[in-house]
Amino acid sequence: MVTCVNDAMFPDTGRAVVSLLRRLGVDVEFPEAQTCCAQPMVNTGYLGEAVPVVRTFVDAFAGYDAVVTPSGSCAGSARHQHGLVARRSGDPGLVAAVERTGPRVFELSEFLVDVLGVEDVGAYFPHTVTYHPTCHSLRMLGVGDRPVRLLRAVRGLRLVDLPGAEECCGFGGTFAMKNADVSVAMGGDKARQVRGTGAEVLVAGDNSCLTHVGGLLSRQQSGVRVMHLAEILAATEGAAS
Amino acid sequence: MTGTFVGMPAFPAAARTALADTQLRSNLAHATSTIRAKREAVVGEVEQWEELRLSGAAIKDRALLDLEDHLVRLEAALQDRGVTVHWARDADEACAIVGDVAQAHGLDELVKVKSMATQEIDLNEALAARGIAAWETDLAELIVQLGDDLPSHILVPAIHRNRAEIRAIFRRAMAAAGRPAPDDLSDEPAELAAAARLHLREKFLRARMAVSGANFAVAETGTLVVVESEGNGRMCLTLPEVLVSVVGIEKVVPTWEDLEVFLQTLPRSSTGERMNPYTSTWTGVTPGDGPQEMHVVLLDNGRTRALADEVGRQALRCIRCSACLNVCPVYERTGGHAYGSVYPGPIGAILNPLLRGPDADEQTESLPYASSLCGACFEACPVRIDIPTVLVDLRAQVVDAHRPSRKPEALAMRATSWLFSSAERLRRAEGASGLAGRVMERFGRRSAPGGRRTLSRLPGPGVGWSRARDLPAPPVESFRAWWRRTDGGRSEGDRS
Repeated sequence: MVTCVNDAMFPDTGRAVVSLLRRLGVDVEFPEAQTCCAQPMVNTGYLGEAVPVVRTFVDAFAGYDAVVTPSGSCAGSARHQHGLVARRSGDPGLVAAVERTGPRVFELSEFLVDVLGVEDVGAYFPHTVTYHPTCHSLRMLGVGDRPVRLLRAVRGLRLVDLPGAEECCGFGGTFAMKNADVSVAMGGDKARQVRGTGAEVLVAGDNSCLTHVGGLLSRQQSGVRVMHLAEILAATEGAAS
Repeated sequence: MTGTFVGMPAFPAAARTALADTQLRSNLAHATSTIRAKREAVVGEVEQWEELRLSGAAIKDRALLDLEDHLVRLEAALQDRGVTVHWARDADEACAIVGDVAQAHGLDELVKVKSMATQEIDLNEALAARGIAAWETDLAELIVQLGDDLPSHILVPAIHRNRAEIRAIFRRAMAAAGRPAPDDLSDEPAELAAAARLHLREKFLRARMAVSGANFAVAETGTLVVVESEGNGRMCLTLPEVLVSVVGIEKVVPTWEDLEVFLQTLPRSSTGERMNPYTSTWTGVTPGDGPQEMHVVLLDNGRTRALADEVGRQALRCIRCSACLNVCPVYERTGGHAYGSVYPGPIGAILNPLLRGPDADEQTESLPYASSLCGACFEACPVRIDIPTVLVDLRAQVVDAHRPSRKPEALAMRATSWLFSSAERLRRAEGASGLAGRVMERFGRRSAPGGRRTLSRLPGPGVGWSRARDLPAPPVESFRAWWRRTDGGRSEGDRS
């Protein structure tokens, strides 16, 4: 599952996942019937509108061993919210389909560490990096320090601690628009912490959160770029960006 | 229900005002980070914290499942010990009961133990209207009352004030309420506390009636429990002749033994202490010792409405510790007033809509959206209230209350649903976006670090985003288009 945000806005992240997983010997497919996990609708309260989207999701991914996604938030949506939507739809077929698909959805770092059993993915990235654990990967999925273990094994990479790392960046989906002032106040504090680390790159497992913090860092001409974890793990010597 | 700050705008507007108050931001950041660190330290030292959370949730769920039985048992146990029990459907009934008791004794003043239930029903205002002065005796409540202010936190209602502001309030307002503050009062915490102590001592010694709430009411024994830090509660509960306790019906626990769990989790979660300084328990009237006339007002005020909400009823487990406020990144930046209620923060964002009905008014409707759904509140909650899930369910109730809607948001969500229900539609939309991306790649002026073109001014509703944040320009080719063109990356070639 590449996710709608990555498909439309960050195709490089999706391509990085493909090249990384292939390098590790995984047979990767992109079912073209996929669209979105329905989280934008669910989290704004439009559960009825989410039903056909969840149906599209379970149809697209039926029959695969594992659904891997470069997003803690979308994995959390599939594992923890699809049941809610399906039950409200009153369709027992959808409830059953959701129960089959949900547990097979893995956030990228979970799949690498837990399923493939690797921490050193053979990446090379000679830059100073700080890591922001996104809320849904941290508190909904419980990915713990898996992303950090993966980053520590990247050759050339210097990982610096981000103070207040576990505090939300303020994106929150439609919260970023409906409560834009609070969202920006939260993101401003996160951006300040990031700049204080002296890192060149802010890395996270969700491009949505990175769009928000990165949008602030860019506006501030901060000289800090944001990158998805997958793109760093996919980078190799000679091809590093 | 009242307890709503009259005339308060919806959350986004109220939050904007709060965010601009630099003194408030600084006071809150300091206070919440201090209390967060204290809580983390004392919670961290309890090996079985998760088991205590599970037990707390289970005890409360059991109490709520047979609420009527437990309340009837509580009533009988209280009556056995000489307590008069009143049932109040709403704020007006509860305030009338308390006022009638005071008037029956010909009183024009009383002292109060800190109590959320009496804040919720606006008891002080109702009593004032009948010519009865209700004096708050908790230090922070005193600061709020003397400052003619509103509480902004459940546990520390004056959290938005620093000590310089408190000194100014004491100097300005203490004289009109009783013993004045000394002329040479400094802003040293010990001096401020001493001034409050002397001011309050007069009131304790004079008072003939006290009003309290209760943290817990034990059905089995008819025991009420108040947990506090300053000893003002102990004064109010023992010195006056008449004691009236206003107790939300969800405060009942079935057995004495149940307290074992909450008396461990409540102080650690709220003040970050292993044990709170004063835990008062009393079981009816003891002849010749303490208040000789006792009343308990069992308050509904929307609680049965919340209980009927299948997802939201877990909010009635709340023991008012306020751990969720202290860890909430939204609360930390806006403070409590922006929530427009005596119950602010994450718990307020669900409790107010559940008590009043999620579509009660525009302000209430805005509360479930006052969260980024980061989940820090759920993690901190000692009775495991899954606040993010309740927030999402309440959002759905707000949306459903307005169906069919022609609001731009509703139209956008319908369009998004339509788009995301078909991969073919999405592919075509991305094609159009890629075209825009190609145009912007040529003409876009700004580059984000790393070289990608950015947009700094979005049209229409996007302005809310771009006022402070850049957005990357759309890529020239979506992932989907790349996959198709290159056969999943197997025949990588130049984009034609």
